Amino acid sequence: MSVRQTATAVRGRYQPRISLWWWLTKPSYLLFVLRELSSVFIAWFIVFLLLFVRAVYQGEGQYERFLDFAANPFVVFVNLVALAFVLLHTVTWFVLTPQALPLHLRGRRVPGGLIIASQYVGWLVVSAFVFWLVVGW
Amino acid sequence: MRRRRPVEPLVWLLFSGGGVVTAILVPVLLVLLGLAFPLGWIDPPPYEHIHAVLGHWIARIVLLGLCVLGFVHWAHRFRYTLHEGLKLQRLDAQISLLCYGLALIGSVWAVYILLFTG
Amino acid sequence: MADTIAMEVARYQPGEDGAPTMARYDVPLRKDWVVLDGLNYIKDEIDGTVTFRWSCRMGICGSCGMTVNGEPKLTCATFLTDYAPGPVRVEPLANFPVIRDLVVDIDDFLDKLSEVKPWIVRDEAPLSAGEYLQTPEQLEEYRQYSMCINCMLCYSACPVYGLDPEFVGPAAIALAQRYNLDSRDEGAAERLDVLIHPEGLWACTFVGDCTRVCPKHVDPAGAIQRYKLTAALDTLKHYVLPRGGR
Ligand code: SF4
Ligand code: FES
Repeated sequence: MSVRQTATAVRGRYQPRISLWWWLTKPSYLLFVLRELSSVFIAWFIVFLLLFVRAVYQGEGQYERFLDFAANPFVVFVNLVALAFVLLHTVTWFVLTPQALPLHLRGRRVPGGLIIASQYVGWLVVSAFVFWLVVGW
Repeated sequence: MRRRRPVEPLVWLLFSGGGVVTAILVPVLLVLLGLAFPLGWIDPPPYEHIHAVLGHWIARIVLLGLCVLGFVHWAHRFRYTLHEGLKLQRLDAQISLLCYGLALIGSVWAVYILLFTG
Repeated sequence: MADTIAMEVARYQPGEDGAPTMARYDVPLRKDWVVLDGLNYIKDEIDGTVTFRWSCRMGICGSCGMTVNGEPKLTCATFLTDYAPGPVRVEPLANFPVIRDLVVDIDDFLDKLSEVKPWIVRDEAPLSAGEYLQTPEQLEEYRQYSMCINCMLCYSACPVYGLDPEFVGPAAIALAQRYNLDSRDEGAAERLDVLIHPEGLWACTFVGDCTRVCPKHVDPAGAIQRYKLTAALDTLKHYVLPRGGR
């Protein structure tokens, strides 16, 4: 109780305030904010994907028009930036998974490195399958 | 017992699910649709082929999952980025409405395209 | 190697200063000296009014946490030579109110800590029933989280706690998890009631800096994500099986 009593002189405390620019103060914070901003590019790509799907459903002419739209230098540039962010998302997501989801096999904790490696394998397999499905070879 | 049941945990599950499917599916799709075809690295597939692939009901379901979860993933992450990065905690209700609202609109649009077109 | 190093120490006198100011002191630079030795040298030889907390000098008591060149550190485990040629900037832990110089007010952390009931909750069996047995595997489940020394470096590194003081925060949640995962404990549901609120688990956005700065490799960030998963599945179960789900 005595601790609380002395703590009533709170007026004398210096209360630090976190700056609006806190995420620029450390590399780890900056990486965090960039990781979170990857979601914006995920959303952009999903819109882009839906436009593509719609064009395909609407017929060959629309499909050709979509390909022209995608070849617009500005759109290519946005997609290039988006790719950098999406890869950041994938890599950070894989790295953080074993931290959030500890797996146990026969009573022993599976080492994080193994979980990360198997995610990459799964990623490659799925990517190869999608590639084959879309491109046809 | 003051066991309130907020929806936050469920949104978080959708967010995480979205994180997984986008991490796996978006890179390859983005490389193909956004860069390889437009820049001519790979010839775009013939129309009949891509129409057949995307017309299949499995593709429709998978893409719908990707789109809906991806939109929720964006909404949830972006909400917290605004919240923390710009110190907008006091506007949390409005920001949430905006983010999840847009995700909902996007999801309805995705349902319309993927299930009711083509 | 130079034989002295400059230390810039944050000074704050309650009632006199509006904000902390930095004072500069030259201290001997010795291979075996940590930042805390430098502070003690200042206090003994230069200015006896410099105020800071410490006790064990061996990374166990958790009382010597300060911000060294912008990073939260145990000053008894941070060597001066790593900062040569200097200067070494020593400030109080970030995100806590400063009482004086390098001493911060930790009441908020202590309150949050006791909220999550960091002890074994269970209906006690009579003594004659014997001790609660635990296998090495069961111990391994939570051992990592039991290493926490309450140094609060993780709170100091956490921008979410800095922005939203209501957030329960890394160490308290990691310790809640430590008891949840203990095979002898039965308090998981009570702790979840405290933590399932927006300021409990969900404010955390997995910045991960708490884990990076933790001197005991507790991995509070991982503990929080694991806890979120448990809480989310529990909630799902509650919605799917409204009655008798637990
Ligand atoms: S979790 Fe680590 S950094 Fe946080 S109080 Fe415990 S020992 Fe210190
Ligand atoms: S003095 Fe005890 S941990 Fe540093």
